[in-house]
Amino acid sequence: MPSSEATAAVRIGARPPLRPGAALGRVLLLLVPGAYLAALLLAPLFAVVRAAFAHGPLAFAAAVSSPLALHAFAMTALTTAVAVVLNTAFGLAIAWVLVRDDFRGRRLLSGLVDLPFAVSPVMIGLMAMLLFGTGGWLLPATRALHLRVLFGWPAMALATTFVSLPLVVRELVPVLEEAGIAEEEAARTLGASRWQTLRHVVLPTVRWGLLYGVVLTTARCLGEFGAVLLVSGAMPGQTETATLLVYRLLEERRDAEAHAVAVVLATASVALLAAMKLVESRRNREHAAEGAA
Amino acid sequence: MSIEVRHVTKRFGGFVASDDVSFVAPEGQVTSLLGPSGSGKSTLLRVIAGLEPPDAGEVYITGSDATWVRAQDRGVGFVFQHYALFRHMTVAENVGFGLVVRKQKRSEVRARVAELLRLVQLDGLADRYPAQLSGGQRQRVALARALAPRPRVLLLDEPFGALDARVREELRAWLRKLHDEVHMTTLLVTHDQEEAMELSDRVVVMNRGKIEQVGSPDDIYDQPATPFVAEFIGSTNRLEVKLDGDRASVEGHRVDLPPGVLQRDGSGESVAWYVRPHEVELRLVSGRGAIPSDVVRIMRLGWVVKLELRLPSGRVVLVQQTREQVDELGLAPGDLVYLALRGAKAFPAAYSI
Amino acid sequence: MRRPLGTRAPLLAVRGAALAYLLAFVALPVAALAREGFRGGAAKFVAALASDQARAALGLTLKVALAMAAVNAVMGTWIAYVLVRRPFPGRAVVDALVDLPFAIPTLVTGVMLVALYGPQSTLGALAGASGLRLMYAPPGIVIALLFVTLPFVVRAVQPVLLELDVGQEEAALTLGASPWTAFRRVLLPPLVPAITSGTLLSFARALGEFGAIVVVSGNIPGRTLTAAVLVYGEIESGRPQVAAAVSTALLSFAFALIVTVDWLQRRARHAVL
Repeated sequence: MPSSEATAAVRIGARPPLRPGAALGRVLLLLVPGAYLAALLLAPLFAVVRAAFAHGPLAFAAAVSSPLALHAFAMTALTTAVAVVLNTAFGLAIAWVLVRDDFRGRRLLSGLVDLPFAVSPVMIGLMAMLLFGTGGWLLPATRALHLRVLFGWPAMALATTFVSLPLVVRELVPVLEEAGIAEEEAARTLGASRWQTLRHVVLPTVRWGLLYGVVLTTARCLGEFGAVLLVSGAMPGQTETATLLVYRLLEERRDAEAHAVAVVLATASVALLAAMKLVESRRNREHAAEGAA
Repeated sequence: MSIEVRHVTKRFGGFVASDDVSFVAPEGQVTSLLGPSGSGKSTLLRVIAGLEPPDAGEVYITGSDATWVRAQDRGVGFVFQHYALFRHMTVAENVGFGLVVRKQKRSEVRARVAELLRLVQLDGLADRYPAQLSGGQRQRVALARALAPRPRVLLLDEPFGALDARVREELRAWLRKLHDEVHMTTLLVTHDQEEAMELSDRVVVMNRGKIEQVGSPDDIYDQPATPFVAEFIGSTNRLEVKLDGDRASVEGHRVDLPPGVLQRDGSGESVAWYVRPHEVELRLVSGRGAIPSDVVRIMRLGWVVKLELRLPSGRVVLVQQTREQVDELGLAPGDLVYLALRGAKAFPAAYSI
Repeated sequence: MRRPLGTRAPLLAVRGAALAYLLAFVALPVAALAREGFRGGAAKFVAALASDQARAALGLTLKVALAMAAVNAVMGTWIAYVLVRRPFPGRAVVDALVDLPFAIPTLVTGVMLVALYGPQSTLGALAGASGLRLMYAPPGIVIALLFVTLPFVVRAVQPVLLELDVGQEEAALTLGASPWTAFRRVLLPPLVPAITSGTLLSFARALGEFGAIVVVSGNIPGRTLTAAVLVYGEIESGRPQVAAAVSTALLSFAFALIVTVDWLQRRARHAVL
């Protein structure tokens, strides 16, 4: 390796003196994407916050703490909780099967996992209606169970689960691939049962990836709109989630209240984004420490 | 506490990793599975450990059929090629893992971990993480972890493969010493013949999913059962020979049969002789059975000197002499020297490896 | 070979659970959708797609998605380049900001954009006075799509750029290339697969976008009604067959794009090894 001084000397010698045009080019190089991000991401965010507080903090507080708003937040929490629990448990199983198991049709399985990425939320709503609505394949089964799926919380939770299904799997697959199977095999030769191997070896190995996937899933579920709009019936105070409430308020020309609830959702998103970044930096740090192993 | 493998076959798609293999690793001894990469030795070890199911055959551990016993219940200690230490656990947690999952008392686990760390001479490193250890230290942690649950047999998969030469030699000597203390039935997979010869009481040479020979290190060196073993164990020279009574034509040159070469009936038969570099004597004058050759290259490796000689047929043979022998002859590249065979192992010429 | 079920039972249980979950949650709904789309045969499927409204909606969807993809490919690469190669104060914050669209509900995105660029806002009024209508018009849809798909290209290009040796760029400069030439001739070619992957993924995502568009587009049939919004309208009006046909077509196209990207990425990984 050449000394850093030598490299620096080469670099200085190679760079021609800056022309005025080059200086301008450098500024533009940073300025253009900066302006783009500001106009696309930040300015709208500030605009909605300003609009939400246009009638003062009291109006904001009233809008987000009305009984209907509180119920909407509770519905969002419920559908999110169901989807996160299901997709975490089964996401782990699916990722493990995709990486460790070997059988005919495994590639097909991988394609199935990606399919929800290609499906528009409204199509998911449509699918739910086709399955559970009049003449649907699953209607007899839910009738027999006396379960009201469509236009109730079960359909909302199922639709939300579908939308966010790939996220945990796609986070875990590369982590499991990189970790390799040797540690799991070592645990087994040391007498660990499958359950003990999962608890003591697999879960600690994938924990940051899993956590990242869970936070991502939560963010996706909180914001689900199109699918829930169709399958819920959007009945205020009953099957209305936070995003549905925002939509109804817009339709009713109650923009200030809509903006207030939207700001609550945006704040939750920003908090989740911060959590994602925290998880990511922890993971990178540990990865660097373990890299030598 | 022996390991017995009976007629084990294992295929991966069209590739036969283990083809009707049977052998015994006797109690209390170190047995090596030696062969080139792809010879099926690691697969066999994984079948014995219960990590791969065999397509056919049985595995007996301590005399009882373990073929379908789960890996976790098999009671084998397994040291993985790259150690497979649990990255998120300390050295002590790694070593204690096999005891913790068997729900042993915490005090017992602590005592056993301390005992093993003492055995592998890592007393002070209990709270380190694997990433903070050197390669040799990791290897010893892996060994301590495998030994902690008091396994019935110890299985080692290329245990020194990931280490540099110096550390490898130290650890090899240390492992043999350790074995002489604990006397555990040990099965070791390696592609390094020197490692197998130094460590084991018994060597199983494998090639292409089949066993070529089973024997003591001396047996397989002195009495190779197949040309593959002759070529794989130590270095050797292959010479084309036509037999004619008690004389033979070696690479077109007539010589007397060296002692120990199997005499075969019938003349005109083509065979291949495998001659070790040290089974050759060099002379400056022609004599009975000596083959003239040119010195191509002389490599002086301290006490040992290796020479490349070209026979009249054009074949280059490798010869090993002591420094005194070479100095006495005063050889230099380009010189003419006569080569007399002191021993050789004969196989049918058509036999290919 | 006899192999007692006991040793395989846990494996089979995990495999079965994974398969059953995917079949129930993904395959079954998609099958129901396809069945509805083809109810009445292929002719009716084609007729549903060929109706004036569906053709206009599909055409608009493709047009806005293409416009978004073009801008996204350039700006996404640009942002990734600046983030990796031009360290500046606050880089970590900007880097985190790029993921914001993944976290923010798409409906909220629409609300935000209308609040800033809508006719009632200062900016929107200003644009409107100069004859440019942003919201409730195709440009608004493109802006909404750009917001929603911002991370795709950036996050596809960034890791590849990180692994590329800075020395190559510097070598080109010492050989007399201008910075722009160095970028175009040395840096850009190895990035092309990543840019393509990211752009295709953002395109696939744009085909089905609903939440952000439904707020900003105004949903005027034949002018600003995209395919996903059309599907919504058709369902609400009790015509699931048209909705299912349009959905099946869009879904197949988007899925083909995703499979292509998967294939591209796998090939790129093999090329590196």
